Amino acid sequence: MRLLVVEDEPDLLAGLVSALRRQGYAVDAAADGEEGLFKAQAADYDAIVLDVMLPRLDGWELLARLREAKATPVLMLTARDRSADRVRGLDTGADDYLVKPFDNAELFARLRAIIRRSTRQTRSLLVIGEVQLDTAARTVTRAGQPVTLTAREYIVLEYLALHRGEVVTRTDLYEHLFDENDDTLSNVLDVHVFNLRKKLGQEFILTRRGHGYSIA
Amino acid sequence: MNFFSSIRWRLQLWYGLLLFTVLCGFGMAVYQLESGRQARRLDEELQRRLPLLVESQHPVRPGEGQLREFVISGRNAARFDQGGDDSCYYVVWLHHSQTPVIYSATAPRDVPRPEAGAPTVRQRGQLREAFLFPGPNDCVLVGRSIAADAAGLRQLAWRLAGIGATVLLLGLATGSWLVARALRPIHEISVTAGKIATGDLTQRIPVENTGSELSQLAAVLNATFARLDAAFAQQARFTADAAHELRTPVTVMLTHLQNGLASDCENPEHREAFEASQRAAQRMRRLIESLLELARLDSGQETVQRNPLDLAETVADVLKLLLPLAAGQVITIKSDLATTPCRADGDRLTLVVTNLLTNAIHHNQRGGEVWVSTRLVGGMAVLTVSDNGPGISAEHLPHIFDRFYRVDSARTAGQGRTGLGLAITKAIIQAHGGTIEVVSEAGRGATFTVRLPE
Repeated sequence: MRLLVVEDEPDLLAGLVSALRRQGYAVDAAADGEEGLFKAQAADYDAIVLDVMLPRLDGWELLARLREAKATPVLMLTARDRSADRVRGLDTGADDYLVKPFDNAELFARLRAIIRRSTRQTRSLLVIGEVQLDTAARTVTRAGQPVTLTAREYIVLEYLALHRGEVVTRTDLYEHLFDENDDTLSNVLDVHVFNLRKKLGQEFILTRRGHGYSIA
Repeated sequence: MNFFSSIRWRLQLWYGLLLFTVLCGFGMAVYQLESGRQARRLDEELQRRLPLLVESQHPVRPGEGQLREFVISGRNAARFDQGGDDSCYYVVWLHHSQTPVIYSATAPRDVPRPEAGAPTVRQRGQLREAFLFPGPNDCVLVGRSIAADAAGLRQLAWRLAGIGATVLLLGLATGSWLVARALRPIHEISVTAGKIATGDLTQRIPVENTGSELSQLAAVLNATFARLDAAFAQQARFTADAAHELRTPVTVMLTHLQNGLASDCENPEHREAFEASQRAAQRMRRLIESLLELARLDSGQETVQRNPLDLAETVADVLKLLLPLAAGQVITIKSDLATTPCRADGDRLTLVVTNLLTNAIHHNQRGGEVWVSTRLVGGMAVLTVSDNGPGISAEHLPHIFDRFYRVDSARTAGQGRTGLGLAITKAIIQAHGGTIEVVSEAGRGATFTVRLPE
């Protein structure tokens, strides 16, 4: 999962990026509205965390321009809680709305919810054969037994599971799993897939040679 | 509106009185002039007829001088003895006789002889009489009934009264229209001011460019309203800015502290520092929210959204959330919730109920009890929350709704309570047009009663 955080307060930006990375997301950061819009248009993010008050281009304007081209889920952050603002946010096309100050746990839960909605999943539990993924608790079980995954392995698995039945190209995966500052070599992906197959079964993840991976 | 204190009715009343007085005076003057003119004409006519009788006299015996005889020629008698309203009569006394010697056929029988030296015209009832003393002891009198003239005057009086009443009614109607027209700008000003008083500060009084006194007043009021509007806008902007400026740093603190706690921080001292800071940050967060809520309610800018809801349901929902807290302090909550429909802002009402119940739980002792009830009394939704805790002593009771007032600062400060809960509760209830009161005695618990209209 790759996220974009657009926030002008540097300390908050750093805190959010670090909190979200700790959750296993690949996170890009933008410190003003123009940079945020540029990045949001350039890459396919799984979700965008967008502050309303931004220099150069405010959150509303950014959202309106982004919506001309993309339906990326957007979680608005605001320090204003007037209900008129809230309605405006949702009318402009925001998927959810979080008033500062918030607890990290609430931010995570809401992000998971809008990402799940954008992939048309309504429940946080994904069941694929004998493997169960709890996207809220970020745990995986196989035949009722818990499976221990590293954060990166979990992210790869969740992305493939959310796009079940589709072929996910290596570029896709790479784009969604690693942020712009990540210079991880692309063969790291193969290592993660190898480990996942070891833990969940060889046939769980299929390789479409020349295309990418998929979960049936 | 009080009938007598209304400017409109007072103006009407004075105007009506003035008009009535002028019309009465005018009517009476006309009546007086007319009746005077008639009387003069009649007197002149009677005076003119007297010589007709006197000319026809001649001495009874020549040389004696004072004895005369009146001979009424047929022509003159015919002039007098006509029937009808205009007919005059004559009476003649000779010598000192009190009995008339000669009189016309139409003359009344009992005409008293006028005294010598009296004015030459007199009035007896409906009769007007003029007389002459041709000789020292003789008297000639000509009279006529004025009944017809009096009837004419009465008719004139009625006509004058009729014209007067019509003019008065017309005058009152015109006056009423004029007053209404003159006062209409005042009505507009008061309607606009009323709208502004209810919170719609964008309203302005329509000003006509006539430069009249009222449009000057309207312009002055409009300028005042504009300044008021600007002041409120500034207050609202300040609240919003303050919200942003206060919330952002707290968000930074919370995000980083929670990151720190989520990391594999092994040093227990660091962990404790993170946790203490997080508790302080959470408390600041609650404090900021409370202050902003109070500021919003104070400014009156944000009117409460009143939707129909059941107070009992709201209380039941809050109870579900608070039961674990009560159980943790070994406190029993007993509820008696009758369906109580009211119109209120759901979120804010929930806050009111939560504040009152958490207060009752916090200010109670282990094993204590809390009672909550909702019911409809006389069209008011009534919520009561009581406890059997230590209660509030008389010295603190008047201040418990004050901001940051703490009955026991040492005890409550540590529990993450802001000291604004009851102040907010009261402000919310007042914004709904309701009331809150508390009855308590040291050692005997406290009972809070909230009343919300309809």
